[in-house]
Amino acid sequence: MMQIELYHPLWSAAGRMVLDLRLEVQPGELLAVYGPSGSGKTTLLRMLAGLAHPERGLIRFGEEVWLDTKKRWVVPTKRRKLGLVFQEYALFPNMTVRKNLEYALERGQPKSEIAELMHIMELEELADRYPAKLSGGQQQRVALARALVRRPHLLLLDEPLSALDTEMRFRLQEYILELHKAYSLTTILVSHDVHEVIRLADRVVLLEEGKIREVGGAAQVLSLPGWVRLEGVVSRIIPGAAVVIVGSTELQVALPAELAQHLREGDTVKVALQPSGQPALLWE
Amino acid sequence: MNEAFLETLWLTFRLASTTMAILLVLGIPLAYVLAASRAWYKPLVEALVSMPLVLPPTVLGFYLLIAFSPDKALGNWLLEHLDIRLVFTFPGLVLGSIIYSLPFMVQPIQAGFENLPPHLAEASYTLGKSRRTTLFRVLLPNIKPALLTGMVLSFAHTVGEFGVILMIGGNIPGETRVASIAIYDEVEGLNYAVAHQYAAVLVAFTFLILLTVYTINRSFIKRQWGA
Repeated sequence: MMQIELYHPLWSAAGRMVLDLRLEVQPGELLAVYGPSGSGKTTLLRMLAGLAHPERGLIRFGEEVWLDTKKRWVVPTKRRKLGLVFQEYALFPNMTVRKNLEYALERGQPKSEIAELMHIMELEELADRYPAKLSGGQQQRVALARALVRRPHLLLLDEPLSALDTEMRFRLQEYILELHKAYSLTTILVSHDVHEVIRLADRVVLLEEGKIREVGGAAQVLSLPGWVRLEGVVSRIIPGAAVVIVGSTELQVALPAELAQHLREGDTVKVALQPSGQPALLWE
Repeated sequence: MNEAFLETLWLTFRLASTTMAILLVLGIPLAYVLAASRAWYKPLVEALVSMPLVLPPTVLGFYLLIAFSPDKALGNWLLEHLDIRLVFTFPGLVLGSIIYSLPFMVQPIQAGFENLPPHLAEASYTLGKSRRTTLFRVLLPNIKPALLTGMVLSFAHTVGEFGVILMIGGNIPGETRVASIAIYDEVEGLNYAVAHQYAAVLVAFTFLILLTVYTINRSFIKRQWGA
């Protein structure tokens, strides 16, 4: 289990605020930290990675204590076994895709371990290219793979898909889910994209001005105070349901047979997320 | 071309390459610290490093001459305890040149570090790498143009040095008589033909070296940053 307690005054675009939160993350969980920009999401992630330090705080990952300001204990970034993926990819321009991955190998780790990651992320054909010759989506696939070379148990994603177009996001979300499961990761995803959070997260933390406003299932948190209303396009109609593309997310919405005739593929529809997480068509 | 002519050119080359090599070793850590630093004394260090850019070389040379003179405290101590004499010697010229050309090495490299996306180093730390590994395998390879610029500028600036050398080195053939001094000396002696030879060599050399730098930098930037 991961235990996080942070207290730190910050200056954001909106003025002074205090990042003040307590959070527990379960092993194997995919937790999304959702909130407007300037709410302290990225700072939280940087502190977990040891790239920034809070005035007061405690970070414990499993048996390891990474930070305990009371005991003046700080584990530097390089000794925290985690993977971090930045919004801007941060690939090393002087290295090919393969070299970027090999760079991440720990001492004594055989090069062959990279093959599996390259395979999952479908990077084999790009192996000898330099990052400058890759598209945004390809770069982010490399960054994801690179972050996992050390076999960390914690994966931190800082708005990893926000620079990509909708289609690419959708595909990368698949990769993230696949990696999360394949490597039994505990994943913390920072995002301000509702669709992404709904699609990926087991649990959502709603962060506002440095404080946790709400923790719970995606639908529960994001529907506060009422249901979330989303607009989408019908992609398929299957018996008893319609498949609606909302942003980059595919939602399966119950569709009673007697109403199916009123709906066609390509129609724009409104979908509400109920507090239970069940999506429902809104007939307006 | 007689022997004295070649000797002077060889001395100039030795001075410039020695200065450049030492400056590279000193300049990388200094530029790295300055680029990363947010300390209150950073402007102080930056001002000191950059002073040779604006200070008349003769002023620097004057102070060095005084400091290194065997009848002054520092010069005397160096001579008595370490048997080092810095006035009118080659090592003295190297030391003077290092101080004089320091900004030409430090400034491009510092700018190179500062222009790198901060996430590169951070990504490397999250991959379990130390600052040292990050510096040598990620940061330095990505500022090759800046390194090359710093090396060439400090080399060329040392070749073009005149005032400092005249003050602390004088004009001893084979020891402190470099090309720029020789030109002055030959003109004084009305030996225009020899002065022409030196001048032509320096013009050709300077042009070629700058052309090389710009060509290499252009192809590097194209390949690595896709620009």
